[in-house]
Amino acid sequence: MAVLQEIQEAVPVTEQRQVVNDFSITVGTVNGSGSQTSNLTILRALFKMGIPVSGKNLFPSNIQGLPTWYTIRINKDGFLARKDENEIMVAMNPATFASDLAGVVPGGVFFYADDINLPIDRQDVVPYPMPVKRLVRESNAPSNLRDYIANMVYVGILAQLLEIDLDKIFQALNFHFKSNPKPVDLNFGVVKAAYDWAEQNITKRDPYRVEAMDATRDCIMADGNTAAALGAIYGGVQFAAWYPITPATSLAEALQEYLPLLRKDPEHPDRNTYVVIQAEDELAAIGQAVGAGWGGLRSMTSTSGPGLSLMAEYAGLAYFAEIPLVIWDVQRVGPSTGLPTRTAQGDLTFVYFIGHGDTQQVILLPGSVNECFEFGWRAFDIGEQLQMPVFVLSDLDFGMNQWMTEPFEYPNQAMQRGKVLWEGDLNRLNGQWARYMDVDGDGIPYRTLPGNRHPRAAYFGRGTGHDEYANYSEDPKDWHDLLERLKKKYHTARQHVPKPIIESTPGAEIGIVAFGSTRLAIEEARHQLAERGIKTDYLRLRAIPFTDEMASFVENHSCIYVVEMNRDGQLHQLLKMEYPQYATKLASIAYTDGLPLTARFIRESILSQEV
Amino acid sequence: MTDQMTTSRLQVNLVGLTKSDYRGSSSTLCQGCGHNSISSQIIAACYELDIVPENVIKFSGIGCSSKSPFYFLNRSFGFNGLHGRMPSLATGALFSDHTLKGIGVSGDGDTASIGMGQFKHVLRRNLRLVYIVENNGVYGLTKGQFSATAEEGLYLKSQGTNPYLPVDIAWEALVGNATFVARSFAGDPKQVKELIKAAFSHDGIAVLDIISPCVTFNNKDDAVHSYAWGKEHEVALHELSYVPMAEEIMVDYEEGEAKEVTMHDGSKVILKKLERDYDPTNRAHAMRILEEANAKSWLLTGLIYINPHQMSLMDIYNITETALNRLPERRIRPARETMQRVNEMMF
Repeated sequence: MAVLQEIQEAVPVTEQRQVVNDFSITVGTVNGSGSQTSNLTILRALFKMGIPVSGKNLFPSNIQGLPTWYTIRINKDGFLARKDENEIMVAMNPATFASDLAGVVPGGVFFYADDINLPIDRQDVVPYPMPVKRLVRESNAPSNLRDYIANMVYVGILAQLLEIDLDKIFQALNFHFKSNPKPVDLNFGVVKAAYDWAEQNITKRDPYRVEAMDATRDCIMADGNTAAALGAIYGGVQFAAWYPITPATSLAEALQEYLPLLRKDPEHPDRNTYVVIQAEDELAAIGQAVGAGWGGLRSMTSTSGPGLSLMAEYAGLAYFAEIPLVIWDVQRVGPSTGLPTRTAQGDLTFVYFIGHGDTQQVILLPGSVNECFEFGWRAFDIGEQLQMPVFVLSDLDFGMNQWMTEPFEYPNQAMQRGKVLWEGDLNRLNGQWARYMDVDGDGIPYRTLPGNRHPRAAYFGRGTGHDEYANYSEDPKDWHDLLERLKKKYHTARQHVPKPIIESTPGAEIGIVAFGSTRLAIEEARHQLAERGIKTDYLRLRAIPFTDEMASFVENHSCIYVVEMNRDGQLHQLLKMEYPQYATKLASIAYTDGLPLTARFIRESILSQEV
Repeated sequence: MTDQMTTSRLQVNLVGLTKSDYRGSSSTLCQGCGHNSISSQIIAACYELDIVPENVIKFSGIGCSSKSPFYFLNRSFGFNGLHGRMPSLATGALFSDHTLKGIGVSGDGDTASIGMGQFKHVLRRNLRLVYIVENNGVYGLTKGQFSATAEEGLYLKSQGTNPYLPVDIAWEALVGNATFVARSFAGDPKQVKELIKAAFSHDGIAVLDIISPCVTFNNKDDAVHSYAWGKEHEVALHELSYVPMAEEIMVDYEEGEAKEVTMHDGSKVILKKLERDYDPTNRAHAMRILEEANAKSWLLTGLIYINPHQMSLMDIYNITETALNRLPERRIRPARETMQRVNEMMF
């Protein structure tokens, strides 16, 4: 430890500038070691201190034993996108010790478990060894739990050195363990012991600390998959079929967790008004959801890329046979199995066209966890009104990370169930109706539902060619008219989907178009560009098909940067198809490496083309 | 619906319907196809069971068999879904109104090849569905390829000799925990009808493996067959645009009896009807007699196994009494007051 001694002496101890509420902490651990509890505890404690904070889990596709990182960004101005620079590193994993050390910014801080016997070869960071094993031993925790609570040591030491409020840490643990005193006391005991040890044994030699604020009072902290499931529940979901797949699994599991709590039938509380089935594969999951949607239930499935590939078959049928259902795609990195535990926006064109033959699908693009909730219920309304599948494209970053977000709002409109004819309607019509006839001129026909006992209600649903009465038809005119009507219906869809959100800067000539989880990075990049004198307008797309707002945005800007997390610039491709006359104005900023985009990347990409 | 005059003229069942109320559209399948006979027996069974057609949903996948639901119960909702994916569609749809009875018609390709996964899984869920497999050992719509139920050594003009061992649908159903397993022969209308009636009365999945000879494709030119057309049109098999008239093969035999039947292709099948006192509630016994029959190359017909005590899927989910697709908003959207509590449940 002679080297360490030198460094400690080399770094000036006092008279440093203070860095308050503006830095990142990354924790490097081994997956399966229980570090998620510790990391969420820090994240939640900071949130409860009123400080804007975000947390991202960079984890391997593995159950136990591989490196995993968790990054917390603290920013008083609310810029919470991932950033490349890392000021504080907590190294608990010998395997990544050297690279973790190398990744700290000059002047940064390096906490490490002192049983890792590896050299610290940097003079420009502040090292703090942590006696993890000793503190765990002294905690008198049962031996089978020692590995799990070891990670609480860094929670306590960070709390002491960064001035994180211990009461808030207690609150966070209490929440995590659902107020079960045994694990709360055990974990908090270790946190407190580590805190006390740090107080007595570490002299603070770094500039970083936190200070309580009042910037999170109006927010909740939630993940996008839970939000989506809750939104679906408030949308009256009646049928959900799914197959386990990272990163969508927790969406269906949240349905299973919250449905029994929230869906007590006021008339028959002992009976269920919903069904959740774990299917044998994604072919069956969507098949069941299509069956239920055809039967008039608010029906959904949730999956990710590989599952979506299997669902292409029934998705095409649902488009063609005009069956409402909601399909959540929590995107991960493709092609193929790709990177199951990393994030991307690579499914856009696949979903837009999913199904063979001429197919165009309706896509919703939530841009916050709150919007995952809103689109959770709204997607049912849109699907039933259009009699179409509605795809909601979230991603792993939303789905599996905790985000500060506005509280969920109760649906602001009654359920829109679309054009459904029951017995009374058919009596009024003297039984005269046709399943696929465009009566209203909007391309949307009327439907009856199984269980309608009117003798003229029944029709034969099919994926084969049909006439207006749903009879099998190979007549060229029937086929042509049907496809044209579906096209007209897709046009009608523009009136039903959420419009984009446009943020304007007076005098801006360039525009940015993006969707989904890149929102925070774009907001930060716009701020940084403005500091450099480049004004931008920002259109955050929330649905496809494109609406008139998109057309005028493209028309009214000299250059439009389309920012997205994929290789080929898929939204850029779709925009060029939709607005070929403006193709030369549309510039693609597309990048994918499995990590959320940073503001720096977006800023530099735009600067390189603007300057 | 039916007035006094009509009642006196036409024979009606207990729900006041005539047999024609159960009809479907005219069949476009080949003349003499066993599938048509099965459709007739579905009509007869539903009529005799006094089932209201509006209380039934029909399902199918893709293939000749899957066209069948169009040929019976026109007043029932139906859905002709995707190849091998009928079980999943039926699972979702039957939850929309749990008072409806489901009948699915599949084929040997639809069930034993592309749909094997969904077939097996719908069995273990015990969906309330009459699941008929119209089993002819051949792909008809794509003009005569072997199916997974074709026996080893079968020769087809366009395909040569089948080198693989067959899938036995009744056996798969039994192993897959089906709660009702039966087999019959399309040319034995009495038995087919009785088994369909039994299947409709079963509260769970009811698998009927019905051997239904293909008059057009499951033939071979060197066979001793009953119909002159086989030899005359042997060359036309690859580009068949003319399907000859053929008589459907009919049989009538007693319980416990074995009956040799000559198929359209001239091959012989031995049907063995289960004994009158056979106990179909013993699964181990059912497996043994199926295995013994296989060893003798007999096709065992009748109700092979039934377990009336297993909970059906609807019961497992404890669905409310009102049909789910008729529930009003206030019964499926949580009350406004809950919103704040949910937000408090987040952090």
